[in-house]
Amino acid sequence: MKLDARIPEGPIEQKWDSHRFKMKLVNPANKRKFTVIVVGTGLAGGAAAATLAELGYNVKAFCFQDSPRRAHSIAAQGGINAAKNYQNDGDSIYRLFYDTVKGGDYRAREANVYRLAQVSVNIIDQCVAQGVPFAREYGGVLANRSFGGAQVSRTFYARGQTGQQLLIGAYQALERQIGLGKVEMHSRSEMLDLVIVDGVARGIVTRDLVSGKVETHLADAVVLGTGGYGNVFFLSTNAKGSNATAVWRAHKHGALFGNPCYTQIHPTCIPVSGDYQSKLTLMSESLRNDGRVWVPLKAGDKRAPGDIPVAERDYYLERRYPSFGNLVPRDVASRAAKAVCDEGRGVGPGGLGVYLDFADAIKRLGANTVAERYGNLFQMYERITGEDPYKVPMRIYPAVHYTMGGLWVDYNLMTTVPGLYAIGEANFSDHGANRLGASALMQGLADGYFILPYTIGDYLASTKLAPIDANHAAVKAAEARVNERTNKLLSIKGKRTADSFHRELGKLMWDNCGMGRNKTGLESNLRRIPELRAEFWQNLSVPGTGNELNKELEKAGRVADFLELGELMCRDALDREESCGGHFREEHQTPDGEAARDDEKFAYAAAWEWKGEGQAPVMHKESLNFDYVHPTQRSYK
Amino acid sequence: MRITLNVWRQKNAQDKGGFEKYDAPNVSEDMSFLEMLDVVNEGLISAGKDPIAFDHDCREGICGMCGFMISGVAHGPESGTTVCQLHMRKFKDGDELWLEPWRAKAFPVLRDLTVDRSAFDRIIASGGFVSVHTGSAIDGNAIAVPKPAADLAMDAAACIGCGACVAACPNASASLFTSAKISHLALLPQGQPERDRRAINMVERMNAEGFGHCTNIGECEAVCPKEIKIENIARMNRDYICASFKDRPAVARLAD
Ligand SMILES: Cc1cc2nc3c(=O)[nH]c(=O)nc-3n(C[C@H](O)[C@H](O)[C@H](O)COP(=O)(O)OP(=O)(O)OC[C@H]3O[C@@H](n4cnc5c(N)ncnc54)[C@H](O)[C@@H]3O)c2cc1C
Ligand code: SF4
Ligand code: FES
Repeated sequence: MKLDARIPEGPIEQKWDSHRFKMKLVNPANKRKFTVIVVGTGLAGGAAAATLAELGYNVKAFCFQDSPRRAHSIAAQGGINAAKNYQNDGDSIYRLFYDTVKGGDYRAREANVYRLAQVSVNIIDQCVAQGVPFAREYGGVLANRSFGGAQVSRTFYARGQTGQQLLIGAYQALERQIGLGKVEMHSRSEMLDLVIVDGVARGIVTRDLVSGKVETHLADAVVLGTGGYGNVFFLSTNAKGSNATAVWRAHKHGALFGNPCYTQIHPTCIPVSGDYQSKLTLMSESLRNDGRVWVPLKAGDKRAPGDIPVAERDYYLERRYPSFGNLVPRDVASRAAKAVCDEGRGVGPGGLGVYLDFADAIKRLGANTVAERYGNLFQMYERITGEDPYKVPMRIYPAVHYTMGGLWVDYNLMTTVPGLYAIGEANFSDHGANRLGASALMQGLADGYFILPYTIGDYLASTKLAPIDANHAAVKAAEARVNERTNKLLSIKGKRTADSFHRELGKLMWDNCGMGRNKTGLESNLRRIPELRAEFWQNLSVPGTGNELNKELEKAGRVADFLELGELMCRDALDREESCGGHFREEHQTPDGEAARDDEKFAYAAAWEWKGEGQAPVMHKESLNFDYVHPTQRSYK
Repeated sequence: MRITLNVWRQKNAQDKGGFEKYDAPNVSEDMSFLEMLDVVNEGLISAGKDPIAFDHDCREGICGMCGFMISGVAHGPESGTTVCQLHMRKFKDGDELWLEPWRAKAFPVLRDLTVDRSAFDRIIASGGFVSVHTGSAIDGNAIAVPKPAADLAMDAAACIGCGACVAACPNASASLFTSAKISHLALLPQGQPERDRRAINMVERMNAEGFGHCTNIGECEAVCPKEIKIENIARMNRDYICASFKDRPAVARLAD
């Protein structure tokens, strides 16, 4: 298989414009003859479904929650980037492009990143027009804040609920189209397989999560906006239902999986409190604007934080990275936290925590201003821990947060299966080996509002698709696969719950494929994950039947897929004999403990091909060229 | 600590349903309420029984998916908190609790503590938006929004669509939810062009879905996890009445 990224010719500033001009258009009157399936109603899927319907296509949209408004995008707190330069502080499209390529540790595709920076400005305009209540200054203009990995202030926000407000904007646009009859919405409906006819994606098979009914939906193209796979780790900041099922089934039908090992570990999360823990809660990165991170200077110092004098504290980020200080990118901040905890200087139960202290900010700005900026986060922290961050510093620790890997897509966001697109966190994305804060919301909305609706038109206008119906052999086969699998999960009748397998997998992944990775650990995972998977298929317990609302059955199906994807992640991590961004191979570090990239050998995106059950997957390379932003060692010192 | 739970069990919409008693013997105060239920469910599955079905997703109080009655109070005893953010330190050893689904004609029970809230989506589809196609927006800073208006709009827009307001209301009215959306958009310049038809369409949809009328009891505000203010209902009523006088429904329908 030859990978063709279909990057348009020409200077980077002109690629998207000239591509848009060259792409074929679907005549307005013909658009209603096409049906597009959009799986997922997060920022990416919701925006795409609404926009495609506005353009005149018939859209069928799907989500597993009870309403499209509840997609996991709702939980994003901090903000969304855009190169508006409203602060007059030197921002530009080129600077956002530059920061993103550098922040991604030179493992992203330049042409995509440039386009992302270009459309970022349109996103803000669109969202404002929809009525998204962004924060404002007294003069009535939009307010900004800073985020990690940037020295300009380009992040737009709506209190600590930016994702919620952006998603509600997209959801309202979607509901408008549902009301107008252009979108047929299927909530509480889970995609379990893909229908491929003559090598082209033509539909999906779903299970109605209330009645258990298996249904087929056919279309002219299929778009997956199904989010990230951070829940492989069981404990992550993702919503409990976030899963990899849709992308994994697509992968098994020929969609290559890009950079599966690139995982983002977020530095500021509330530490684990017990073994019943069901998820981890993020404390937005925006807190690092005003909060100072520190640990005691001496290992094993058990004094209360207030009793430790300033001279006996180590503000280790400010010390190690004087120019970015507390605002270094996430991968750097997470590893630094792990390093001080490994030295025995961690705080709180188990020593897995560092302080994020607002005492200086409260002194400088007053408690009211701090409350205005972060009030809801402080409240959330207090509910979970029972401690008041206005009085004692927060305790934080890194947690799995985001996956930069995902289905490999070309410049048009099409996977290696023709007619199958992946958008938002589900694709292997524009973030390289590390995503900058406030850039996922930007990418999801860029894909959904401004990129996919154009590129999919080009495909539909230039492809001749034969009519098919529900009796087609490929449809019957896909339905049979889904039924067979459901029956298999229900018929094992073993002793362990899906969650217990999931927790065990998560622990293996966190220990050996988390913040630090090495050959021994990864090899051990590659032995143990297949064993765990074998046990899963022999000893799983799923109560109830397939013809009813059955949450355990839903979970079991998702865990089955995580048990395969986890293995691929370890394989990719083992293969990538370098450190880059969120992928830190302990064997490859600079003398002062920073990630050591190997551009000679590894300046490529790894795209893995599924070769069948029990077969080793095959890796294909998309080599990455850096014509504009020249790779250097990423330094935030 | 040890907690006794009486949980509403109902197999599906047709089933009559009833309470069943469960024992949760080893509850840690750091657990969230849903983590406590996870542990109970693991026990039920091991004993070969059906686990308790409840909706949840983010477990951060933002998606609006979770929610049920705890001893008669929507989302339980802590104010301004969803049930997923409620922690067991708010309870004490030996407590006996009663868990029930939201009860409202417009929210049929699907199973156990899970209900169908799709009526809320239909209310939004009837008018809870600004009709602006992707691509047709002007520059974000070309629309100046006074900070107080932006803040008030944000207060209203914080609604997570959980349905607690309906469940708490003796009339099962959806006025707090509907008015939060009407206010969010009415407070912003972007919402003005469609203000009248939005108020009329959304209020009429809300009534058609089978929600009851608002009689100013205020239970909704008391349980709302996002502390949405009842003044939004006054704003909605004013907009609805003004729009009705202008007889915009006829105009709006002609425009459709
Ligand atoms: C706590 C938290 C805070 C964050 N804060 C920020 C931030 O401040 N700034 C930022 O830029 N990014 C942030 N992120 C990242 C960002 O929120 C996500 O990357 C982004 O929202 C993903 O959007 P999406 O549309 O790709 O997917 P999602 O929003 O995850 O949506 C996935 C959709 O797919 C559906 N789905 C999935 N599988 C199936 C299936 N099999 N069948 C049917 N439907 C399916 C779901 O129902 C859902 O509708 C944050 C992430 C987290 C976890
Ligand atoms: S108004 Fe409050 S209680 Fe009602 S749906 Fe919104 S958030 Fe929930
Ligand atoms: S689970 Fe999302 S609000 Fe409770």
